[in-house]
Amino acid sequence: MSASIAEVEEMARKCRVEIVKMVYRAQAGHPGGSLSEIDLLAALYATRMRVRPDEPKWSDRDRFILSKGHASPGMYAVLAEMGFISHEDLKSYRVLGGVCQGHVDMKWCPGVDFSAGSLGMGLSFGMGCAVAARLDKSDRRAFVMIGDGEMQEGSVWEAAMAAAHHELGNLKVILDRNRIQNDDFCEAQMRMFDIPAKWRSFGWNVKEIDGHNMAEIMDGLDFLEADENSNGPSILIAHTIKGGGISYMENNPAFHGAAPNDEQYKQAMIELGEVEA
Amino acid sequence: MTRMAATRDGYGQALLDLADNPKVVVLEADLGKSTKSLHFRKAHPERTVSCGIGEQNMLLVGAGMAASGYIPFASTFAIFTERAFEQMRNGVARPNLAVHLCGSHGGTHTGTDGSSAQSIEDLAVFRTLPNVVVMHPCDDVSTRALTMQLADTNSPSYMRTARNKTPVMYDDAAEGTIQIGKGVQLKEGTDVAIIACGVMVSESIKAAEALAAEGVSAAVIDMHTLKPLDGDLIDSLVSRCGALVTAEDHNVIGGLGSAVAEHLVANTFAPLEMVGVPDRFGESGQADEMLEVMNISSPYIAVAARKAISRK
Ligand SMILES: Cc1ncc(C[n+]2csc(CCOP(=O)(O)OP(=O)(O)O)c2C)c(N)n1
Ligand SMILES: [Mg+2]
Repeated sequence: MSASIAEVEEMARKCRVEIVKMVYRAQAGHPGGSLSEIDLLAALYATRMRVRPDEPKWSDRDRFILSKGHASPGMYAVLAEMGFISHEDLKSYRVLGGVCQGHVDMKWCPGVDFSAGSLGMGLSFGMGCAVAARLDKSDRRAFVMIGDGEMQEGSVWEAAMAAAHHELGNLKVILDRNRIQNDDFCEAQMRMFDIPAKWRSFGWNVKEIDGHNMAEIMDGLDFLEADENSNGPSILIAHTIKGGGISYMENNPAFHGAAPNDEQYKQAMIELGEVEA
Repeated sequence: MTRMAATRDGYGQALLDLADNPKVVVLEADLGKSTKSLHFRKAHPERTVSCGIGEQNMLLVGAGMAASGYIPFASTFAIFTERAFEQMRNGVARPNLAVHLCGSHGGTHTGTDGSSAQSIEDLAVFRTLPNVVVMHPCDDVSTRALTMQLADTNSPSYMRTARNKTPVMYDDAAEGTIQIGKGVQLKEGTDVAIIACGVMVSESIKAAEALAAEGVSAAVIDMHTLKPLDGDLIDSLVSRCGALVTAEDHNVIGGLGSAVAEHLVANTFAPLEMVGVPDRFGESGQADEMLEVMNISSPYIAVAARKAISRK
């Protein structure tokens, strides 16, 4: 809970290494959205989430829902850093029988609270967790990470409206605003205009940050947890870079769902400081 | 050597070929690179409607365009077509609007994406909708031929295509023999008939070859159209072979096996063994591994064939 900014940054760097290794080994998977979310995920787990890695089903744990479930390598890397799974388990990504299924799956992997893979479902599930916590008179929270492309699903807005209606102050969303979806840039696929205004008009508390600046991320997480924002659901809009941290993946729609080749893998390890050039 | 190809590529090619018809339009939900509608989009951006990641909207935009004289081809992953099931039911099938929905990456064969992506119920659910033609072709040649014919069909349709490459069954000259609603006998046989669709057609050919080595003569049918089902062909297989096997990469409940069984009980009788996903969800694995995990690869088809024969 008390990790310093430097410690979280180092944790995120290690996670980036594991993300690249996972998709490289599998020669499949989703590096882009894993790299854009990773600083946020590392900070959330290292400094906010009330969880017990040795008791993953602890009933009063905070819930984390990776609604953009394809970005599973990022979550698996963080779960390994936190001790929910081992680093050896990461080798099972996309391998038959492995705990690290292609998309995060609560049936297969300790620490995963929602079986994702179909976009636009996690926020509703998170709302269910938040309503249940309120009924239980528990102070546990539900954190939900959604993608910007994912926001195009109508169901996201059904949940957004309902969560505000029910004043769910224990529901906290992080939007990975990396500006790219599957086929192309969001701007080309489906323009979303004023995203903060949309959430505000749905009754949410809204804050925008740079999702790769650790100091801003801490401020953003403070905002999500702040008492004055417990009147209803809150969303942190994190401006990120898809593929962030690996030069040739950055802002490159081709690396939404593609693995690096041998050459690219070596380059990534150099850029991440794992090996010398 | 057998050529290998993915059915989704046949779909992409057909859309391009259909573009001469100015009424043909393409609808996408951020998966055009995967379903292969991207080729049409590149060539004809003005006739391609991006619906973002919004499958429900896409289906009804298609309905509105069909009602306005256009011929919409909409595609996404097979699994995500199901999200728009009620739109398809009430907005497309009920008014009988010819929207052509294609679900790629169907079945457990889609592989390491895992259970969330492996649609095993799409054929079943769309088969329950009145007016809707349901197809699952086995190679790129037949997918292209069937997609081309859809443009002249006045009914809505659902077609499942697959992500991964499988052996090509037809040469280009055979294209004329492929028709919506007509099964194709790919291999003659007298002891048992294996009726298959999609990726299981090539597995069935393998099974028939293994059976032949043991002196069992198995016919293999490519039943690319599940609805309307080719009942005449099934009747003739019953009288010629007297035992049937169905093979599909789909839940054994509700798909091709069920369609054949429904026909059998209402018409002539023969023992039927159904090879299909044993009513369970998939998981991450390579395409060929998944067929093993699900007990639907060629050896399982051969076992089912011998069992069907023993029940004669
Ligand atoms: C309902 C649904 N439709 C389509 C897909 C296929 N798909 C997987 S990832 C993706 C793009 C997601 O973009 P975004 O939400 O921006 O995620 P990120 O950029 O963080 O990877 C799509 C269309 C899906 N998983 N679920
Ligand atoms: Mg995105």
